[in-house]
Amino acid sequence: MSLHTLTINEAQTKLRLGEISAVELVNAVLTRIDATNPYLGSYLSTNHDQALDQAMEVDKVIREGGDLEALSGIPVALKDVILVEGMQATAGSKILQEFIAPYDATVTERLKRSGAIIIGKLNCDEFAMGSSNENSAYGVCRNPWDTERVAGGSSGGSAVSVAADQACASLGTDTGGSIRLPAAFCGIVGLKPTYGRVSRFGVIAYASSLDQVGPCTKTVRDSAILLTAIAGHDTRDSTSVNRPSPDYTQFIDRGVDGLRVGVPREYFVDGLQEDVKRAINRAILQLKGFGAEIVDISMPHTEYAIATYYVIATAEASSNLARYDGVRYGYRAKDVKDIATMYLETRANGFGDEVKRRIMLGTFVLSAGYYDAYYLKAQKVRALVRGDFEEAFKTCDFMLAPVSPTTAFRIGERIDDPLTMYLSDVYTTAVNLAGLPALSVPCGFDQQNLPIGLQLIGQPFQEETIFRAGYTFERNNDYYESRPPL
Amino acid sequence: MRITSDEILHVAALARLSLSDEEVTDVSKHFETMLKYVDKLNGLDTEGVDAMSHPIDLPTALREDEVTTSRSESHIRKIMDNAPNTRQDFFRVPKIVE
Repeated sequence: MSLHTLTINEAQTKLRLGEISAVELVNAVLTRIDATNPYLGSYLSTNHDQALDQAMEVDKVIREGGDLEALSGIPVALKDVILVEGMQATAGSKILQEFIAPYDATVTERLKRSGAIIIGKLNCDEFAMGSSNENSAYGVCRNPWDTERVAGGSSGGSAVSVAADQACASLGTDTGGSIRLPAAFCGIVGLKPTYGRVSRFGVIAYASSLDQVGPCTKTVRDSAILLTAIAGHDTRDSTSVNRPSPDYTQFIDRGVDGLRVGVPREYFVDGLQEDVKRAINRAILQLKGFGAEIVDISMPHTEYAIATYYVIATAEASSNLARYDGVRYGYRAKDVKDIATMYLETRANGFGDEVKRRIMLGTFVLSAGYYDAYYLKAQKVRALVRGDFEEAFKTCDFMLAPVSPTTAFRIGERIDDPLTMYLSDVYTTAVNLAGLPALSVPCGFDQQNLPIGLQLIGQPFQEETIFRAGYTFERNNDYYESRPPL
Repeated sequence: MRITSDEILHVAALARLSLSDEEVTDVSKHFETMLKYVDKLNGLDTEGVDAMSHPIDLPTALREDEVTTSRSESHIRKIMDNAPNTRQDFFRVPKIVE
């Protein structure tokens, strides 16, 4: 049995039945990482010794007939923007090269409380800014389905670690599509929860009104298991919502009979790769076959979403990244004559090109004389984009759409053309602007055997509905059994 | 819209970024492309639309103004260990005031 290929659900069962031990499971995953990370570049650091110690503790509890927590013995990896006390947190940047987290993020605490074993920290685009994981200061993260292609970003490492069985599951963050896009490119399940569903405390911020932490998993059930573990109110995050958080697996197999699925017509226009269009259309027919009612809906402000996103996200980023000044932590430029030069050189040397571009654009749209025309305007358009969803949800329970217009592109193909890179996010950014939950589920392969993702978009705090739809679709196909040719 | 070199340097100063000549050119091109793209927002009528700063309508989370125990010595050590230059529990930087 190849233990590294187990899902959370399978591992939970086998551990409790005594079929496998936690040490065996963790060893299998560590071995897999050693074998594949050199060419995939998904892990930035691993927690080898501690992970095995924790696994031995779990096995002791099992031997003594003690109680296990939900995620006891399950190896989980975290994107390197999520703090794990005592481990590095680089955010994929040189400016945090030697930074060691002094505390756990809330999601880390909750995973630990659930018994999960933190196996390592994952590569990502620098400060979560990117759609391909080519913007990391620590090297490209490659797609396991074709290592000449991008993993997607910014949570490339999170998606790859799961797709390549280098972890049972991982956590990523999604600001404009950064969980859903790499999940689609790598053929795994990725969830962006409703804004405010999961605490952002201890998560390195990119855009505070858009960021959300979410699970990357091999199956929809695993996604529900992980969300259950990490979701819920946190007094340390004033944007986290005080709303009860259920067991998301409870109604997952209820099916879609009677549910109304909205299909936004603006999402099916030019630029959508043929294979992708065919796979999505096939999914629509399947869901119809399972009893869902297909509803044609319109989202008239779709074409403004990316522009709106890039004004708001960069503005918020310019503010959030102002703290990287070399004073209290991280890289500090040496041999500087005064404090002003210290700031300028620390940031010039520490930040990569894409980060600098976004800080510049963000600073510009907030600056005197331009604030009204750009930032304020974008905030108003954001209200219109959310309005589209509110209107559409009057006639449907959830929506179905592609995740990306194309499958994974080649490394280097778009890096010199930022705008083309940004357009990969055309189907994902509106969801962040509106704060909605969305799930990416594998729905097929293109002619080059590259995965295609199906996006299910839910109403606020209705993750259960998109889990139901995703689970129904997943179990009636066998994409979840596919593994990349490693 | 054309952004001049001077405006770019002004924005860079605001952002505490020093840019090389090449970077100024790169940013200038990037601004041109992005602002042209973003300018399509100006075609939209947003009369009477309230600016949306947040996806959820939450009241500001307040707490009681009470003194709690500060962090432990070991926690302070972890924070100071990340600092590039310190003296006791202060962060040292180049002189600010002449």
